[in-house]
Amino acid sequence: MKQLVVLSGKGGTGKTTITAAFAHLASENPGTRAVVIDADVDAANLELLLEPQHLETQSFVGGQTAVISADLCTDCGLCANVCRFHAIGHNSGRYVVDAMACEGCAACMTQCPSRALSMIPRVSGRWFYSLSRYGPLFHARLSPAEESSGKLIALLKQQAQTYAAENHLPLILVDGPPGIGCPAIASVSGADAALVVTEPTASGIHDMERALDLAAHFGVPAQVCINKADLYPAGAGTIAEYCRQRAVPIIGRLPFDASVTEALVRGKTITAYCPDGGISQALRAIWQDILVHLYAIEAA
Amino acid sequence: MIIAVASGKGGTGKTTAATSLALSLAPEQRVLFLDCDVEAPNAHVLLHPTITQKKDATILQPVVDADRCGMCGMCAEVCQYNAIAVVGQRVLVFPELCHGCGSCALNCAWGAIRETPHSLGTLAYGHTSEGIRFASGTLHVGQSWAIPVISQLKESLPASADETVILDAPPGTSCPVAETIRDADFVLLVTEPTPFGLHDLKLAFELTSELELPTGVIINRDGIGDARVDDFCAQAGLPVLLRIPMDREIAAGIAQGIPLVTLKPAYRAQLKETVLALAEVSL
Repeated sequence: MKQLVVLSGKGGTGKTTITAAFAHLASENPGTRAVVIDADVDAANLELLLEPQHLETQSFVGGQTAVISADLCTDCGLCANVCRFHAIGHNSGRYVVDAMACEGCAACMTQCPSRALSMIPRVSGRWFYSLSRYGPLFHARLSPAEESSGKLIALLKQQAQTYAAENHLPLILVDGPPGIGCPAIASVSGADAALVVTEPTASGIHDMERALDLAAHFGVPAQVCINKADLYPAGAGTIAEYCRQRAVPIIGRLPFDASVTEALVRGKTITAYCPDGGISQALRAIWQDILVHLYAIEAA
Repeated sequence: MIIAVASGKGGTGKTTAATSLALSLAPEQRVLFLDCDVEAPNAHVLLHPTITQKKDATILQPVVDADRCGMCGMCAEVCQYNAIAVVGQRVLVFPELCHGCGSCALNCAWGAIRETPHSLGTLAYGHTSEGIRFASGTLHVGQSWAIPVISQLKESLPASADETVILDAPPGTSCPVAETIRDADFVLLVTEPTPFGLHDLKLAFELTSELELPTGVIINRDGIGDARVDDFCAQAGLPVLLRIPMDREIAAGIAQGIPLVTLKPAYRAQLKETVLALAEVSL
């Protein structure tokens, strides 16, 4: 079983469009049937293209939050003093926990002389097992302002791996989040290969470097796909030179193409909406190369 | 006034809008610009600041003095993150799991735990040629926890009363966004008129509603996609404060690091008006 993660650093470079196209292309061949994960858990968009039917919905308990029992509290303020996250304040005559700021460290609970503090599980979102038109999809919805996105992604990955193993599916496709922090780390760790989708803009290039650094940090081999490559050809040249120096292969270039938005508005993957278009052909070629690359890793 | 520019979906044009907002006010007005997208900070690409000072964003992490340690295991017991463990006759600390809460040190009966700063990222301070005070945070590659970098960036540079503060937020709707926008007077949500843009705008609006923050919308790449973002804004009572059309010239200019108001100076007046409108709403 192989795991491919699609990353970018910068948001909006085309991760989801490309992952959805791969999910479509993977489903066309019985030998490459994939389990798909949407790891962008606080802004998950893959379902808008894959039309999943939710077969299973579960609550996600990501951590814990301190609560203060007003009956036991003697108003000594020690809890507020030890909290480094400014999560305990004095409000209308009593100490209260700001659940959003609470990190669940329990330092307050260990220090409270009157045992007025306890920790309660924190439901931070929901996750779903769905069947999409291109196969199984594991996705989630983190509640607004919640943390623990890394834990939620790790859970999705674990579920997807179990499913893939039980059903003999050879591939897990991960639509990663933007950035390089907690959710990106959870997405990249354990992957066999990373596809970094960038665009030829100064920001896209800057963040691609950080995404490549992240993949390298976790020992995951990466390849680069330049989206909207014709928008600013000089930028595409800069990316090519940078990748050459770093010995990172550029697996393909995609043109700026208005049909991508048309397909999105119709809720379709670009490869299904416009199978013979230039961009779909380019995506097919990239997908074939990725399969070869994943296979080569296995051979090595 | 503190204006946060956020989005839900990434790549909708937050930094494009935030930087041009700052540039439309300066140098006549005093502006403080904070790039809080510490995982992928890009405002410098458009504002070209001169950086004059850098420092680390840190949290305190435990160092165990083996001579004093009584091997009782209390530190490991109280740690909620499995960041400290007693293995054989040694106490191991796993820095990437530690949240710097200090519980281990507080609960060590032997006084064996000392805490030292551990760097999560870099804070950079400077100014632009237009006189904008500029600061940005950059999370180190391999570090997972962005929150302290954002909060220390904001704490380290308090705004003066006559300054307009512009916060360039990270994408998404989770804790780094909440940390960035929670003390804002107004949140501008930048979106694009596509199903992705709409879906994430709804989520971002859920967040600003939960935080009870006045919110308005900027529609970028107006003309692509469909009218559903407009329909949603009308239904939800979300004011659309600015539209930036889909224009390859703008896209190519931004790609090269040229700000919107430099490419199309007409936006300067529009953005100024937007800020005036916000000042009225948030008062």
